[in-house]
Amino acid sequence: MRSARLSPLKAAGLVALASLTGAVSATESKGYLSFQFSPETPYYVEDGKVDFGTYNGFRRYHSECHVCHGPAGMGSSYAPALMKSMQVLDFDQFVEVVVRGRKGLNQQVMPSFASNMNVLPHMNDIYAYLKARSDGVVGVARPDKFPKVRKDAQASAN
Amino acid sequence: MPQPKHQLIALCASAALAASTTGFANSELIEMQGDPSSWVMPNGDYASTRFSALDQIDTSNVKDLQVAWTFSTGVLRGHEGGPLVIGDVMYIHTPFPNKVFALDLNNDGKILWKYEPRQDTSVIPVMCCDTVNRGVAYGNGKIFLYQADTTLVALDAKTGEKLWSAVNGDPSKGGTGTSAPMVVKDKVYVGISGGEFGVRGYLTAYDTDSGKQVWRAYSMGPDADTLLDPENTTHLGKPVGKDSGTATWEGDQWKIGGGTTWGWYSYDPDLNLVYYGSGNPSTWNPAQRPGDNRWSMTIFARDADTGVAKWIYQMTPHDEWDYDGVNEMILVDAPFPPKDEPEASSVAAVTTAETGFKMRSLLPGRKDAEEAAAPEPAPAAEPANVRKLLVHMDRNGFAYTLDRVTGELLLAEKYDPAVNWATHVDMETGRPQVVSEYSTDQNGEDVNTTGVCPAALGTKDQQPAAYSPRTGLFYVPTNHVCMDYEPFQVSYTAGQPYVGATLTMYPAPGGDHLGNFIAWDAGKGEIVWSNPEPFSVWSGALATAGDVVFYGTLEGYLKAVDAKSGEELYRFKTPSGIIGNVNTYTHKGKQYVAVLSGLGGWAGIGMAAGLTDPTAGLGAVGAYSSLSDYTQLGGQLTVFTLPES
Repeated sequence: MRSARLSPLKAAGLVALASLTGAVSATESKGYLSFQFSPETPYYVEDGKVDFGTYNGFRRYHSECHVCHGPAGMGSSYAPALMKSMQVLDFDQFVEVVVRGRKGLNQQVMPSFASNMNVLPHMNDIYAYLKARSDGVVGVARPDKFPKVRKDAQASAN
Repeated sequence: MPQPKHQLIALCASAALAASTTGFANSELIEMQGDPSSWVMPNGDYASTRFSALDQIDTSNVKDLQVAWTFSTGVLRGHEGGPLVIGDVMYIHTPFPNKVFALDLNNDGKILWKYEPRQDTSVIPVMCCDTVNRGVAYGNGKIFLYQADTTLVALDAKTGEKLWSAVNGDPSKGGTGTSAPMVVKDKVYVGISGGEFGVRGYLTAYDTDSGKQVWRAYSMGPDADTLLDPENTTHLGKPVGKDSGTATWEGDQWKIGGGTTWGWYSYDPDLNLVYYGSGNPSTWNPAQRPGDNRWSMTIFARDADTGVAKWIYQMTPHDEWDYDGVNEMILVDAPFPPKDEPEASSVAAVTTAETGFKMRSLLPGRKDAEEAAAPEPAPAAEPANVRKLLVHMDRNGFAYTLDRVTGELLLAEKYDPAVNWATHVDMETGRPQVVSEYSTDQNGEDVNTTGVCPAALGTKDQQPAAYSPRTGLFYVPTNHVCMDYEPFQVSYTAGQPYVGATLTMYPAPGGDHLGNFIAWDAGKGEIVWSNPEPFSVWSGALATAGDVVFYGTLEGYLKAVDAKSGEELYRFKTPSGIIGNVNTYTHKGKQYVAVLSGLGGWAGIGMAAGLTDPTAGLGAVGAYSSLSDYTQLGGQLTVFTLPES
């Protein structure tokens, strides 16, 4: 693996992905092109650059979520720091909370985002971004991104 | 000693008496606001000066200030607004669940009555930036509470008994209540919050006795909704024309167009006009709403009885940065343009200061300020060029001075040198001259526009400024924060956030601080002095005839500074960060200063986490330590006074 900042989890996931598709060489040479989201490998990061989905997660988070959960998942005076929550939430639990909402202590209320078309279609991306924050591979600042991978490009890479 | 505030009040009162139709409440509140022993409305008076004629606490003795008594509200969220004092009773409010306490000043703040509404907690996440509330209003023997769920409640001021309630909006569609109401004659006015949820803003007048709706004026829409008269409502002197509230919108976007009215309201009894501003157009993605988006970001002057607008002025057409125009409108009578500085004695200096705007250049240093503070001001002859002014420190970083009779734009200058999104405001068209580099619209969707100053929270947000007629200066709590802003497509779902942009905020370039507390000369458009603060100053200021200016800080300090020089004279660290507004009153002849602590609000978002340099690498902690290193949550009232001599 060339990616210097690959987390162990991510590295394991990539290997898993690679062995699954049998496209080891493609993964190594054009990592972001062949990257696909999965709960186990939600993001791709290489030399500080993230896949477009994770970048989109940064954007969607800072549009829909940050007014309560603070910049870069760091929390506010009235909502938890998601970069910490992600250490205990798995993907299914994350989806559950976003879709159904939840009530916490001190009259903290997370609404349901089930009908929000700016959140629901981007849930994987938001999860990827927060997981990357939680794993310490993305900083507070806006992450650099790889270009958006179009379907045909991905197909040729595979 | 003739107090300038009384001059203004006397003027207003005589006008009110002249009008035979003027109701009891009008003259009652006008009389009460002139009595410095009380603090009868959120910003002190109808003119929103936050000035008190009290002078027991002055520049020489404020250093001896002590805590007289304290009171915990039992609520943890952000505490904006401040106490009212009427006679021997103090009224305080809390964020959600919006408790109201009547405290007995004769008995160390013993609770006379408490009101706590039952509200569905589903309103909490619909409030964009914490569950703040900016205070209650008094009038006609009632306390008016505007709840988070938009229920307006009239309580008997003596007993706390609920007299009536009216529902002003729909939280399931994102409409919420955060602002403090205002009472004029037999009406109580309330606005609406929810610009981040596509709510179309409006101001509503209710009858104080029955709770029946009298009129409602939208910020955008057809003339029947906006209460704009195509021929007689003017924008910079010209009639607005037919349906100006839809003409600059594409399709039906105006129906979810924002322009909410969650700030402060002022009133001029002489002109019978109510003044307030409207907020950002929805969404934050400017590409989705081409046009000027009238009348978001607009100052309104409306007839208090009918709601029909006399004049309006749009400060930020087609907003691209979330610079809501809701900040308070401060009404002063002062010379404009200011006359040339007389090179005269200190006595002359103070004389001119009586009517405003002239003190500064005669008092260049702190030493001189002390000398000039000594003589009693002599009654001044009214200079010929005294005008009825409206001064407004906008989120967009420009301070505006207008003629509040006609809406003529007199001055628009930056009140933070960091402001860079526009070079200046064209005085003919009233339009800001936008710098392409910082135009999120010109740069387009999916492009990150960097280094825009100020940030979306503005050079100043809702935290109200104060005006001292003794110095002629405005005392302004400010933010010194810039941002990156990337707009992108969003879809609208009722009751869901409708934002469409990402924000990253950080300190202004070259600075090592996030806020300033400044003195502003609205006649010249100049900063007179500026005190840097480590964090944004999110607390409303108070100016007094003792020439002391008070404000709170996010770390929790109550600070007192010299009105002329800005020199810090006193500080006390309260238990939590202060985003509330300072007031003053007397009880049994003794002057007190009161403020609510309780960190939260917009300030509790970025600041609580600690802002960092956007160029800092992965894992950088940033140059700025987190606010949580200084303070924690918790609502508390702290009351200060001088020790017994």
